[in-house]
Amino acid sequence: MRHFSGGFATLLYKELLRFWKVSFQTVAAPVLTALLYLLIFSHVLEEHVQVYGSIRYTAFLVPGLVMMSVLQNAFANSSSSLIQSKVTGNIVFVLLPPISYREFFAAYVLAAAIRGIVVGLGVLLVTVWFVQLPYRNPLWILAFALAGGAILGALGVIAGIWADKFDQLAAFQNFLIMPLTFLSGVFYSIHSLPAFWQEVSRFNPVFYMIDGFRYGFFGVSDVSPWTSLAVVGGCFVVLTGFTLWLLKIGYKLRA
Amino acid sequence: MIPAIRVEQVAKRFGPVQALAGVDLVVEQGEFFGLLGPNGAGKTTLISALAGLVRPDSGRLEVMGRDVVQDYRAARRLLGVVPQELVFDPFFTVRETLEIQSGYFGIRNNDAWIDEIIDNLDLRAKAHVNMRALSGGMKRRVLVAQALVHRPPVIVLDEPTAGVDVELRQGLWQFVRRLNRDGHTVVLTTHYLEEAESLCGRIAMLKQGRIVALDTTDNLLRSFSGHSLRVRLAPGGRLPPSLLARLSEEKDGFHAFRLDSFQEVTSILDALRATGCNIEDMEFGKPDLEEVFVSVMQKETA
Repeated sequence: MRHFSGGFATLLYKELLRFWKVSFQTVAAPVLTALLYLLIFSHVLEEHVQVYGSIRYTAFLVPGLVMMSVLQNAFANSSSSLIQSKVTGNIVFVLLPPISYREFFAAYVLAAAIRGIVVGLGVLLVTVWFVQLPYRNPLWILAFALAGGAILGALGVIAGIWADKFDQLAAFQNFLIMPLTFLSGVFYSIHSLPAFWQEVSRFNPVFYMIDGFRYGFFGVSDVSPWTSLAVVGGCFVVLTGFTLWLLKIGYKLRA
Repeated sequence: MIPAIRVEQVAKRFGPVQALAGVDLVVEQGEFFGLLGPNGAGKTTLISALAGLVRPDSGRLEVMGRDVVQDYRAARRLLGVVPQELVFDPFFTVRETLEIQSGYFGIRNNDAWIDEIIDNLDLRAKAHVNMRALSGGMKRRVLVAQALVHRPPVIVLDEPTAGVDVELRQGLWQFVRRLNRDGHTVVLTTHYLEEAESLCGRIAMLKQGRIVALDTTDNLLRSFSGHSLRVRLAPGGRLPPSLLARLSEEKDGFHAFRLDSFQEVTSILDALRATGCNIEDMEFGKPDLEEVFVSVMQKETA
């Protein structure tokens, strides 16, 4: 704990309070978006598609939507908090106190993962009226939600530090995060894709987050959950290392 | 005694701009110290280096003997900085802002001190108001409060009165003076030279990243400036040649003579009387920091 002082707990608390104070926008809105996806896709596809043999499409879709919400909101939390603080200049309040770069990283990433999970729980909550999920392996569910939230939280830290303007952040979100999450198997099993696109999907780390997360519910998945865990764990280690290095050298934060 | 601030050979370059070019400076504990200079002289860069916001290319800085890079945790606990920009976090109230800032320094249960700062800075009525709803002057007070929330022995105020109304300025200085009397070291940068003159015991003047003058305020005023006698002669009056040589300035119909001592007043008046000149108006000019500032900056340019 040598690297952690009281500053970490306060920074985490501040980050949580920040999104909670505007929870209508940061929690309720993404839950509604996910619900709309569910209504539309399940209405159109429920009668036509079954996945993994016997699973109804709506049941298959819900974990995908939950994980997509976790990931997108984790990214949104750390990235928007940092860019807002940078643009308004109040990042100085975090840079002046004796907060280490490790504490800085841990607080922003943990807060991002928590926001993601809160939104994910909200999506699960509003979808209980549509489908009963089996929850076969809750530990896998938790592990992938935490790891996925942390990875996107770390990506959000990178994007928030790198971007100087809101439109740069929007580009990061629209051209990287959105395609990675939408083309990851949220709405379909990759086995329903042509062989080429199945192969391409295997290069998308978000595919493993969603596939592993879904395994926790149904006990079946496109690839082994251990493979998914290894890929997701590897991504987490690499991104954490890179983000910590950026923070250590003070990239765009300390001139 | 360990100095409050020690700056040794600090240099910093931003691209083609040499913001700090080897600055050496020691500020002793308990001083009220002024850091003056034109825009772009390096004042804010120096303060930012002290606060760890800017990493110097070379040299070292200490706050109360603690290195701001190697021992940054201790150094930052000992330093309170009021930033120049009017920044705030729009998500929080005044009290939340102060509690959070306190927590960043690892201080819990700081309510008594936060209450005291809130009262001293006249923020009581706004304690539970969101930061967005405050006027510029009130936001400035909160910035001062944030810098004090961890009771730092060294306080740096970077142009705290820019764009602040007279009443707040007076109140702010009263409060900062009290902090200084209570033993805090205060470092101030300002463009209002009369403020620096009345508050600071010692002053450093920066230009293009270098310290070009560093002395007590009294010594600076004495060495670069001085009292002057300004006289306006009745119509038709002409200065005798003996006084023409001593004339330092002619402006708005007044002839100004620089005085090294008040005894010179008698000799000037005697010389005027001897030539039959009548004096229509007469006034004394007191030494002022603006004159010192201008002369130091011009000298450095020459």
